Amino acid sequence: MRLGRSGNLLVDLHIDAPLVGGVLLLCAVGLSVLYSASDHSLEVVGKQAVRMLTGFVSMLAIAQLSPLRLARWSPMLYTLGMILLIATAIVGTGRGAHRWLEIGPLRFQPSEIMKLAVPLTVAWFLSGKLLPPRLSMIGASLLIIAIPGAFIVEQPDLGTAILVMAAGMLVLFFAGISWRLMGIAAAVGIICAPIAWYTMHGYQRQRIITLLDPSADPLGAGYHIIQATIAVGSGGWSGKGWLNGTQSHLEFLPERATDFIFAVYCEEFGLLGVLVLLAAYLLVLIRGITIALNAQDGFSRLIAASLAFTLFIYIFVNMGMVTGQLPVVGVPLPLISYGGTSLVTIMTGLGILMSIQTHRRFIVES
Amino acid sequence: MNFGPRKKAQNRDVQVFNRRILVAIVGMLALIGVLVARLVYLQLMSHDHYTTLSLENRLRVLPIAPTRGLIYSRDGVLLADNRTSFLLEVVPEKADDVEHAIGRLRQFIALDDDQLERFRTEIRQRRRFDTIPLKNNLTEQEVAIFSVNRQQFPGFNITGRLTRYYPLGSQMAAVVGYVGRINEAELKRIDTADYSGTTHIGKEGIERFYEDVLHGTAGYQQVEVNAEGRVLRVVERSAPVPGRDLHLSIDTRLQAAAIDTLQGRTGAIVAIEPATGAVIAFVSNPSFDPNEFVNGISTKLYNSLRDSPDRPLFNRALQGLYPPGSTIKPMMAAGAIETGVRQAGDRTYCPGFFRLPNVSHKYRCWQKAGHGGVDLVRSLAESCDVYYYALAKDLGIDRMHTLLTDFGFGVQTGVDLPNELAGLMPSREWKKRARKQPWYPGETLINGIGQGFMLATPLQLAYTAAIVANRGHKLSPRVVSRIENPATGEVEQVQPIVSPPVAITKPEAWTAVVNGMHEVVQGARGTARATSVGAAYQFAGKTGTAQLFGIRQNTTLKNEDVVKHLRDHALFIAFAPLEQPQIALGIIIENGESGSKAAAPIARALFDAYFLMTGYDDASG
Repeated sequence: MRLGRSGNLLVDLHIDAPLVGGVLLLCAVGLSVLYSASDHSLEVVGKQAVRMLTGFVSMLAIAQLSPLRLARWSPMLYTLGMILLIATAIVGTGRGAHRWLEIGPLRFQPSEIMKLAVPLTVAWFLSGKLLPPRLSMIGASLLIIAIPGAFIVEQPDLGTAILVMAAGMLVLFFAGISWRLMGIAAAVGIICAPIAWYTMHGYQRQRIITLLDPSADPLGAGYHIIQATIAVGSGGWSGKGWLNGTQSHLEFLPERATDFIFAVYCEEFGLLGVLVLLAAYLLVLIRGITIALNAQDGFSRLIAASLAFTLFIYIFVNMGMVTGQLPVVGVPLPLISYGGTSLVTIMTGLGILMSIQTHRRFIVES
Repeated sequence: MNFGPRKKAQNRDVQVFNRRILVAIVGMLALIGVLVARLVYLQLMSHDHYTTLSLENRLRVLPIAPTRGLIYSRDGVLLADNRTSFLLEVVPEKADDVEHAIGRLRQFIALDDDQLERFRTEIRQRRRFDTIPLKNNLTEQEVAIFSVNRQQFPGFNITGRLTRYYPLGSQMAAVVGYVGRINEAELKRIDTADYSGTTHIGKEGIERFYEDVLHGTAGYQQVEVNAEGRVLRVVERSAPVPGRDLHLSIDTRLQAAAIDTLQGRTGAIVAIEPATGAVIAFVSNPSFDPNEFVNGISTKLYNSLRDSPDRPLFNRALQGLYPPGSTIKPMMAAGAIETGVRQAGDRTYCPGFFRLPNVSHKYRCWQKAGHGGVDLVRSLAESCDVYYYALAKDLGIDRMHTLLTDFGFGVQTGVDLPNELAGLMPSREWKKRARKQPWYPGETLINGIGQGFMLATPLQLAYTAAIVANRGHKLSPRVVSRIENPATGEVEQVQPIVSPPVAITKPEAWTAVVNGMHEVVQGARGTARATSVGAAYQFAGKTGTAQLFGIRQNTTLKNEDVVKHLRDHALFIAFAPLEQPQIALGIIIENGESGSKAAAPIARALFDAYFLMTGYDDASG
């Protein structure tokens, strides 16, 4: 048995070609849709391109670290994230919600760190143990997930909280937590739903009501959904063509460069374009799942699977929201929506996948 | 190597993991299926429905701008009107070749380079389907010619809209002000919903001060528009509430007479009705045509107005600051009797100058030879400076500050016009604060004749004259007398704002002061004795001459030796008739040299005009 180099330059640079290829494709799609959604603003597109470059650098940098090191650093990242979350709760800024932390010129959402820190920490915590995890292990993992989750819900940022907690839960799921237990949890959840309803903020409740009946408030909260649905529906099979979306260009569509950019895409490229886009996402997702299946240790397996499927959840929640199937929770479309924070987080996550893939020890059977 | 059970366990982990991945993939594909199914439903099955919604049945809420209230003068002349003006607009998207079309258009309609420059900048900044204005205020001939040739110019359109028009132009600019396009700063201040259909807002004068009253409340209509944005039908409509009309107390006849009397000289005239505080004339000369500002003044014209040495854009009546000079002597005299520092009969000897004890500096009287023994009435009639040097020394600056502030100096009159200046009534504290210096006794003396630091606006002069005419009653000057709702006919009278009266409680103080001011125009040696010759009514006044620069000791200068813009300002305050005064005046002629020669005759001319006028309509008299 002998450990060796791959002999492949890309692997030595810790670059995974299919993953990077998929990301580049999506970024290109993102910039072109953004050009249309921003009313032909090269300034906006340029700004986003710079953010994408930042994301790439972060992705490549994280890929250089071995999964072993990532596992060791996870609890520290988690601790740092918690400290920042607590700081945000005390001195945070933001309109009506404390989400942002400003340190000198830096302005960011600590909840973004938790999108990676929570699954990493749960994976690190469970990887050393025998699987499937015992009840006490599950309890401890749930605590790791719930504490930052609670802080983010309080900000209030329900969308991000759900995504952070989902990422952690996925690790538990892949660790093999029993179906019976999940069944019980689901049952408890259904019973507790009415309680959750009463603890929700008014605007969150409103979003759920509006989801069920958007026509109830056509000029207020339902406006997003109605206009987005019209944009998507009027796109048809092949779309109105790039830069020709009337819904988006006549300013009927709110948030059209950020959370609702998928509506612009649907209007201009139609169902055909959506299928192509889904295929591009699937390329990245399947590559991520393959990396998880090929991973050589417990930690890598768990974190890789969690990251791949979390990415899918982002995509599904955003598309579901734009097409009126899910409440408007403010989740951007990965790699395509305008904005830097989540872009960098997602690309960093993909960097972890690359790290796992390219740090495999090649076992040569003698 | 033996890690049998461990390896077994690990293998079991991997098996569990792989099974879970499989489950997750199935779940993921199921969700993608749901998503695609939804998209198929929206984009294929309901495509026609949403296309209809998107292309043909867009509901839009369009604001309807309220009609701006009109402004009338007291004698019923329309001062601010809304007139239909025609505007040539272009939708670039619908025009074949904008530049080419403009080339052809110039055969019919004159377009200057300024307009084209502005138009081209807007085309670059706005979107293809936006409507961009090309030319304002088309003449009827231009409208007709364009209409005949309209088919040659797709994408070009003429629309009519209401534009503010000031029929009297420059005559009322200082009072009425003007409206102009809403700018960034105003956008932050106003309720954008209420102004969403409004393009103009009051910038100056009454138009600005009464913006809330004049503007009204916006209405809305919900309309169905097609893909091109053309309105197909109105679904719902809520009518706007038009702005209310303003009736000013300004009388255009008196206003015109006042401008006439100036004969092009630079200055300001304010006339107030003492009993009500109503401002009946308000002139700042030279003036400008406010119509030029409504739709954006050209840079060239604006620069020429701004750079003109006569400063036509400067509202002298409201913001011009002048040393009040001898016009403050009546107030000083009233204070002298009230405080007991002087009796009306007390005489002060005037040798032509005044000296503070142990100081060699001579404070000179305008009458070099001296007035001899001067009592209060004579001190006013002949405007003896020495009398007031001595009085100022006895009163002291603190009492003078209280007294003159009471007469309205150094504080805003509270007129209903924007950006009124308060002038300056100096005090020990003011000097310490502003100049970081103590108050010197000599400064008290020159302040006693209205020179030194003291500054007042023409409006304040008229106000102080009205206070004297009222024997102490203070009513803030008002330009608007009533507000009328044109829709309901509802009338709101603007009530005078009454301040506590001036603290002069001794009747003999007022009698002496009014007698003195009467002697100014009536007395054998009154400074303005020429003014009253042949008048059918009795009136009172006080001349003033404001020095613009210091004259060295022991020199005499004739005004002819001084360049025009450094010559003394001529001032006059007056009221008439003597009993139950109906009109009080504040007059300033810049560089007019002499209050008695330049400013006082204007007062006489205006009184004549006023009494001739009130003879015509007794109701207001």
